[in-house]
Amino acid sequence: MNPALEVRGLTTTFDISGFPLTAVDRVSFDVMPGEVVGLVGESGSGKSVTLRSILRLIRPPGMVSGQVFWHGRDILAMSEQELRGVRGREIAMIFQEPMTALNPVLPVGLQIEENLKAHTDLDAGARKARARELMDMVGIPEAGRRLTDYPHQFSGGMRQRAMIAIVLASHPKLLLADEPTTALDVTIQDQILKLILDLRDQFQMSVVLVTHDLGVVAETCDRIAVMYAGRVIETGRVTDLFAEPHHAYTRGLLGSVPRTGTERSMLLSIEGTPPSLADIPPGCAFNPRCSFATDICRREPPKLEEVVPARYAACHHHRAVAASGSPLS
Amino acid sequence: MRAPSPPVLISAEDITKRFALPQTIWRRITGRPQQYVHALNGVSFQIHKGETLGIVGESGCGKSTLARCLVRLHDCDEGRICFEGKDIAELRGAERRHFNRRVQMIFQDPYSSLNPRMRVRQILGEALGVHRMRPRNEIGARIAELLDLVRLPRDAADRYPHEFSGGQRQRIGIARALAVEPEVLVADELVSALDVSVQAQVVNLLLQLQEKLQLTVVFVAHDLRLVRHISHRVAVMYLGNIVEIGPTESLFSAPRHPYTKALLDAAPELDPSRRRRSPATRGELPSPINLPGGCLFSTRCPHVFERCRVERPALSSRGPAHEAACHLTEFGRPTAVKADRAKGVSRVSP
Repeated sequence: MNPALEVRGLTTTFDISGFPLTAVDRVSFDVMPGEVVGLVGESGSGKSVTLRSILRLIRPPGMVSGQVFWHGRDILAMSEQELRGVRGREIAMIFQEPMTALNPVLPVGLQIEENLKAHTDLDAGARKARARELMDMVGIPEAGRRLTDYPHQFSGGMRQRAMIAIVLASHPKLLLADEPTTALDVTIQDQILKLILDLRDQFQMSVVLVTHDLGVVAETCDRIAVMYAGRVIETGRVTDLFAEPHHAYTRGLLGSVPRTGTERSMLLSIEGTPPSLADIPPGCAFNPRCSFATDICRREPPKLEEVVPARYAACHHHRAVAASGSPLS
Repeated sequence: MRAPSPPVLISAEDITKRFALPQTIWRRITGRPQQYVHALNGVSFQIHKGETLGIVGESGCGKSTLARCLVRLHDCDEGRICFEGKDIAELRGAERRHFNRRVQMIFQDPYSSLNPRMRVRQILGEALGVHRMRPRNEIGARIAELLDLVRLPRDAADRYPHEFSGGQRQRIGIARALAVEPEVLVADELVSALDVSVQAQVVNLLLQLQEKLQLTVVFVAHDLRLVRHISHRVAVMYLGNIVEIGPTESLFSAPRHPYTKALLDAAPELDPSRRRRSPATRGELPSPINLPGGCLFSTRCPHVFERCRVERPALSSRGPAHEAACHLTEFGRPTAVKADRAKGVSRVSP
């Protein structure tokens, strides 16, 4: 099976006041049809910018280079017209704060119909019926009555459901979800994640889920790509990667999350803070915080290499890291 | 055998707190009554010396209001909070200052809770001055000691808050609270604004400091994993009520309230092999302005039956130091909610 989406060497720089900052640095990953891929990292790691770069949502002074193949066609090389056929139709995106993504002065139903108008050839009556159907499908109660409601009349969870209904109007084949549940309470987060998984099954959709929560990844994703300082530093199947991390950062991240059976003990924390983009350390960006670091880490940036079949890591000491075991076991 | 529990330091007795909504012109013209947000609806609990009490719940459940009432940033409308047996609302003068010193709060947002125009030295020194903790010539030494305690470099004293990262600022917040040698720390969402790897550092620091300084900690958070990690006892709040309170171990392993169970099920676990496919709850939080009648959870509860809609259950004992407010397990059966499911369903059917 061929990947639906192939990201190759994606690089995004922002040149503000003549000092270019690299937010995304040669990022590569694949998404198979029907697969849920988690893009994980802390604030400033470049995970959201990666998502926006894929859909060409980066504006100057931001610059995107590399290749993003969508079923073999490079999105970054498409004409505006071609792009319109893909963006919002075949590939759709939902955002962290649905209130800022929805138009506050238009009824929710109209915003769904807008997308139907742009991407289908249904007539006005059919659009209205379809909008109602979509609201129903994403679990908005009394969908018929709420079509005329405005976003401010919806709760946070309902707004995210409305966003998803808008996105589904065009039957996308790939959903890019940028921290879709971060602003929501845990019971509502649970509902929204389960909804996304149901829709994935129903529409054979692929999903790229950006999140900082490894618990969310464990619950929803098939594969995971961990980002640090703009680079993908480890990828693999979620079960494999959780059982045996090959990068010290992944290992530290897993150990930082409290879990059952470790109550009131010291967590395996990572010293220091993630670096600022203006001040990325030479060599491996993680070296000042890494307990495995040696001279080579301070000198040479490690390449993302296949360490075991279907597992990639960018760490000079991946064997030592793997040998020290997962903090989860 | 259970060790005798340490003395009660703080007790809350049936406290309520409501906030008036701004009265709209339309409501005034039509003569409709003033509306209120009911933030706390009769909350009672005790905090023992030296323990960590976790308070957990979703947004709007009243956990921050409760934290603020404990340090007297809000006064309760009804009920009372006693510190060492004395109603804190009645404290005056030196007694009040003494209370303020002994119960300290750390705030959620490390960006807005530190004065951006004060150096760290001034931030830490201010409280020392107010409470006359040290003679003037010893304040410098005390500040250095505090910075060591929270593991910040000594030269941090002469810098401004904006020069620090979020995690470091939260350390400054902790140092500020510790400056006056308190006995109780009330931490409201201490680490929720921080990155995961930094969260772990601050959590480790808090655990170490508690041990070293024999602190009593009230840890308010929405993150169940964190609360479980830190707390000796946990109170679960829903719409301004405590629905369950008990020792961490028994509350997490055998929840007695359906809401606690739903919350535990909804929280993502770090174990990819234990996935669930259906959501743990349906529906959303009711509005705290117009509270549902009967049990507050009755609108979302999978086990609801007639009695739940008319009568609000009170907290009752479910085991050693473990209480829950639910009609279903009220009869002291030693079963957890899960085992009650069949019974609950059969009751609903006519």
